[in-house]
Amino acid sequence: MALKIVKGSIDRMFDKNLQDLVRGIRNHKEDEAKYISTCIDEIKQELKQDNIAVKANAVCKLTYLQMLGYDVSWAAFNIVEVMSSSKFTYKRIGYLAASQCFHENTDVIMLTTNQIRKDLSSPNQYDTGVALTGLSCFVTPDLARDLANDIMTLMSHTKPYIRKKAVLIMYKVFLKYPESLRPAFPRLKEKLEDPDPGVQSAAVNVICELARRNPKNYLSLAPLFFKLMTSSTNNWVLIKIIKLFGALTPLEPRLGKKLIEPLTNLIHRSFSSRVLIFIRFVFLNLLIKNCSHSDVIVSFCYITVLISLSSGMPNHSASIQVMKYLGLLAMSKILKTHPKSVQSHKDLILQCLDDKDESIRLRALDLLYGMVSKKNLMEIVKKLMIHVDKAEGTTYRDELLTKIIDICSQSNYQYITNFEWYISILVELTRLEGTRHGHLIASQMLDVAIRVKAIRAFAVAQMATLLDNAHLLTGNMQRNGICEVLYAAAWICGEFSEHLENPVQTLEAMLRPKVATLPGHIQAVYVQNAAKLFATILKNQEGNTDSTAAQETSQLMIDRLPLFVQSANLEVQERASCILQLVKYIQKLQQKDVEVAEEVSALFAGELNPVAPKAQKKVPVPEGLDLDAWINEPPSESESEDEQPKAIFTKEEPKHSRPRHTEVDEKELARRREARKQEQANNPFYIKASPSSQKVYQETPGVEHIPVVQIDLSVPLKVPGLPMSDQYVKLEEERRQKERAEKKKKEKKKRKEKRSGRGKKHDSGPESEEDITPAHVVDIVTEEMPENALPSDDDDKDPNDPHKALDIDLDKPLADSEKLPVRSHRAAGAPKSPAEDGEAENATPQEPKKKSSKEKRDKKKDKERDRKVRLRCWKHSPPSGRKSDSRSAQSEGRTKSSKHKKKKQKKEKEEKEKKKKKKHHHHHHHSDGGGEESVQNGTVEEEEPLPVSVCDIQGNLQDGSQVVVSVIFENKSDSFLKSMEFNVLDSLNSKLQRPEGSGPHDGLTVPFQLPPGVSNEARFVFTVQSIVMPQKLKGTLTFIVKDSSTHEKLDFKLHFTCTSYLITTPCYSDAFAKLLESGDLKSSSVRLEGVNMPFHHLLARICFHHHFSVVERIDSCASMYSRSIQGHHVCLLVKTSGQTVSIDAKCDEPTLLGNVLDEIKQTFSQC
Amino acid sequence: MIKFVLMVNRQGQTRLSRYYHSVELSRRAALEADVVRYCLSRKKDQCSFVEYKDFKVVYRQYAALYIVVGITDSENELSIYELVHNFVEVLDKYFSRVSELDIMFNLDRVHIILDEMIQNGHIVETNKSRILAPLTAIDKMVES
Repeated sequence: MALKIVKGSIDRMFDKNLQDLVRGIRNHKEDEAKYISTCIDEIKQELKQDNIAVKANAVCKLTYLQMLGYDVSWAAFNIVEVMSSSKFTYKRIGYLAASQCFHENTDVIMLTTNQIRKDLSSPNQYDTGVALTGLSCFVTPDLARDLANDIMTLMSHTKPYIRKKAVLIMYKVFLKYPESLRPAFPRLKEKLEDPDPGVQSAAVNVICELARRNPKNYLSLAPLFFKLMTSSTNNWVLIKIIKLFGALTPLEPRLGKKLIEPLTNLIHRSFSSRVLIFIRFVFLNLLIKNCSHSDVIVSFCYITVLISLSSGMPNHSASIQVMKYLGLLAMSKILKTHPKSVQSHKDLILQCLDDKDESIRLRALDLLYGMVSKKNLMEIVKKLMIHVDKAEGTTYRDELLTKIIDICSQSNYQYITNFEWYISILVELTRLEGTRHGHLIASQMLDVAIRVKAIRAFAVAQMATLLDNAHLLTGNMQRNGICEVLYAAAWICGEFSEHLENPVQTLEAMLRPKVATLPGHIQAVYVQNAAKLFATILKNQEGNTDSTAAQETSQLMIDRLPLFVQSANLEVQERASCILQLVKYIQKLQQKDVEVAEEVSALFAGELNPVAPKAQKKVPVPEGLDLDAWINEPPSESESEDEQPKAIFTKEEPKHSRPRHTEVDEKELARRREARKQEQANNPFYIKASPSSQKVYQETPGVEHIPVVQIDLSVPLKVPGLPMSDQYVKLEEERRQKERAEKKKKEKKKRKEKRSGRGKKHDSGPESEEDITPAHVVDIVTEEMPENALPSDDDDKDPNDPHKALDIDLDKPLADSEKLPVRSHRAAGAPKSPAEDGEAENATPQEPKKKSSKEKRDKKKDKERDRKVRLRCWKHSPPSGRKSDSRSAQSEGRTKSSKHKKKKQKKEKEEKEKKKKKKHHHHHHHSDGGGEESVQNGTVEEEEPLPVSVCDIQGNLQDGSQVVVSVIFENKSDSFLKSMEFNVLDSLNSKLQRPEGSGPHDGLTVPFQLPPGVSNEARFVFTVQSIVMPQKLKGTLTFIVKDSSTHEKLDFKLHFTCTSYLITTPCYSDAFAKLLESGDLKSSSVRLEGVNMPFHHLLARICFHHHFSVVERIDSCASMYSRSIQGHHVCLLVKTSGQTVSIDAKCDEPTLLGNVLDEIKQTFSQC
Repeated sequence: MIKFVLMVNRQGQTRLSRYYHSVELSRRAALEADVVRYCLSRKKDQCSFVEYKDFKVVYRQYAALYIVVGITDSENELSIYELVHNFVEVLDKYFSRVSELDIMFNLDRVHIILDEMIQNGHIVETNKSRILAPLTAIDKMVES
């Protein structure tokens, strides 16, 4: 009974699957959170069970909850458990959950490496697929490094389904582990020509993304892409290809011309309306870049754009709007190369500003930026101002405001002919309620007033009125960003007070009680500039005989300043009390009839020059100056605590300021930084680097909630007394007309004088840019830069760009060190080989010894590339299929009779044997249970007449009598190979281990099939009795060629050298000395002549090829040690003098020693 | 590159979300709410592209369901616009007249479809039958 209940409850648990959860959440609309928390409790229970099905179900539900925004990171380990389930249905759930929940910092990811690797090599393509998809979401640099090689192998998987995924994920791997790009690139390139279009498209995708950095790497692929473009029918692929061409054409101008034709063809080809539009816009985006030389295309693009734009006008269906948007987008791209042609469509674009769709309006705004000229600036801005008034949403209005300022200020106010107009525009913009961009307007005002000297008088007058009417701007001032402009107004009025008409009135305005409600930093500026104004007024008034006026002004200051002295803002308080004392002192002097004006104004003397925002950064660091070094010894902690930041008014001049204390802890630094920022923000002398550094305005989260102050309607919204910018437009128009008329007159005069009929038609043509003269002679002061500024161009590079690391030159040939790391098993406690942590090629003598197997394989491939080329001439020789033969003929460009080839083949076999010998010294370390001996390998050599090539062989020894040989089969033919059997003729000494029950001559089935161009690895175990002699084993590989169903045979030889039985074993010099003293060892020696290499290379070579380790090295003499798998000690003493190398060797087994020495000799005779 | 794919209904409830760059969970909710509010506030006759902060959003509405895709500036808007439609067509084919409920109750399957189409932010496959091939294989596997 009890059992039944338990069972029932388990069943119910089972029952609640994802569907039930979803349903449950829907049924608990009121108490959703509570329901979900009970569900999570249930899931926690389920996860505790051992049943994987229950766990998977729980994880599935968690994935859903995660989507709803619940944190499920606590279940990360369970997700890994489900991932590692052997059943695909569960594994899939695990991977899905992982891809949703894991990110780079999830620590359990470390646990997944081996699982993922296992899944990647799973025979089930969907296992692999799901692992790849999952991996793409949570790949970390570590995973990328560890799995790069596995994924690269998958790029040539038999199934296109896997290939395409593997190719695509390589991009992620490149990003996380940029070192993999160069080794993987050749294969990626191959994939462009993959028979499967899906794989092609994946490769195109990846290369297209890669080409964003260093596109010149991919220039050589252009012909390939060209072919793809003309053959592909997949629109998405076409888009990518053309995008890629967009990146390539700037590098190779001829490409653009070549592209015109196929592109036009494509546009014509895609006829159905949707596709037509689809394709068309895609091309537009790219054509534009490509066709800088072809006006034909431009006009063509154009027409298309215009059609869509104008056809959109009458009705506003969504798809038309889409077209319109894209049209505008395309135009903005055309604009970059052909600004003139876009400018002629100004009206159309302005019309788009009226569109009710904000996205479209924003696009149109973007376009306007590039369209303005001296001629139409005023007109465009006028239109924009109208839109500003009409715009309802604050975001759009703010956008308009920034655009107006952007447009006007672009390229150093290039298009502004009348700065009075610009100032009045800025002043008009201050009428905007609730804008966030007050600081932007303010900085523009400051910039113009400082840099355009001619405009100062006008600007000051405007600012004075602004200050006077400050109450209009500051309706609800604390939250209103616009009061920022008062900051600028006050500063301008103070700094350029000599231009003020009625300074006393302005002073009065600055010291109004209401000012105290302004934000602190603005008050501070007010106070400071009131002082400046005061100085000017004194100067003016002292000339007069009546001294009372001056005294009145002082009194005004003394009356009003106390208000600021009480300010809560420290800055304001400090400045105010300072100035108050100053004025009091002045007043005393005034009462004694002392002339003070000169001295007071001296306080504020001096011109301020604009400094470029980047100037500071560009000051070169003087030679020998180390800014990070201590100047004095760091003093003890205690002193610095109560140190005050520097007085705010002293200008920081590092030259003069003596380093008072150098002890700077983090806190102190932060405090100072804060103080400095504060100071900079409040200091009007400091020109801010960027307005954003000034976080003064407050975000208004809900504009609706702000009480709206009704402004008395009898007061016109226009700030009284301000000239409207419209006036200027008219004035400007008149002025231009006048100018034109004058010019005409002159022209006429000239004509009259000349009395000839060939006068130019100046009047009929439109005014050219140069004809428009600025209204004022304007001197725009350029921003100052330090004298020897460094010409740095790194300003535009974004250090956070994830693609930065991919700026790699792919044309350089691969160096040996550039290999993808491959997993290697390591015997517990085995010494870490230097090759694994350092890639340096010629570093230590032990260098590449322990590089793991696959890595070696790649390496060897590289090294042997030259040889392969040679081998290729007989690789495809008969008696296999004709097909492969013909292809080899094609690719090699030379054919030889098959008989001839066969002969050659034999010869080469011999040659190869020797060569191979020194090249196969790879080993797998097998951590084989309880601390067993680490292992050593055998070497094998092979021949490869038929479409199968045995590419690499690695041996592995365990237990003194076993050798593991890894054979890589690479199918270089065009045919599918199957039913491969591997057989070796056993010798007395060495036997191939066969499964129990099979006869001594049976072959071993190779556990895979080989599609064309694919390689795979199989391992075979041999038992070896004696290791003192090298030996060769003859073997055969039989297989069936699928197309022709013929049995084929391939003979090969496995070569076990003596060296291959040696294990690199480190030895300490004292142990080594003892060993030599023991007298058990037989000695032998060998001399090598004509060895022409540095000594350390020589040692490295011996270490690498013959598995020795260096015990000690003194100048040109070194002792080395190695041990065989059966425990023989081998000691070498290597000496070099000139080109002669002598090796004295000692070993307890003379035969072994003799053979090893022979092999060493052979190694060097070949170099 | 595609940054994320969302499926949301008119009430603003997320029906599917897939991120192709890591976004903190806490920020996901805010981002989704923000983007979705933006899209929902737009009228039917407005275009399908919205600029949102530093990226673009392409969305399409199918009955009560919105499919919202966030893309980087370098991605082609129209190709995504068409991709969304393609995605819906695939869903339609698999579920035969797909509805919001189908998506809710078969979230994992929808994910498989999406994964077949988009991988690490790039379009992998657009052919309907090839997209559905693994899914049918899986269905068979589950049945047996």
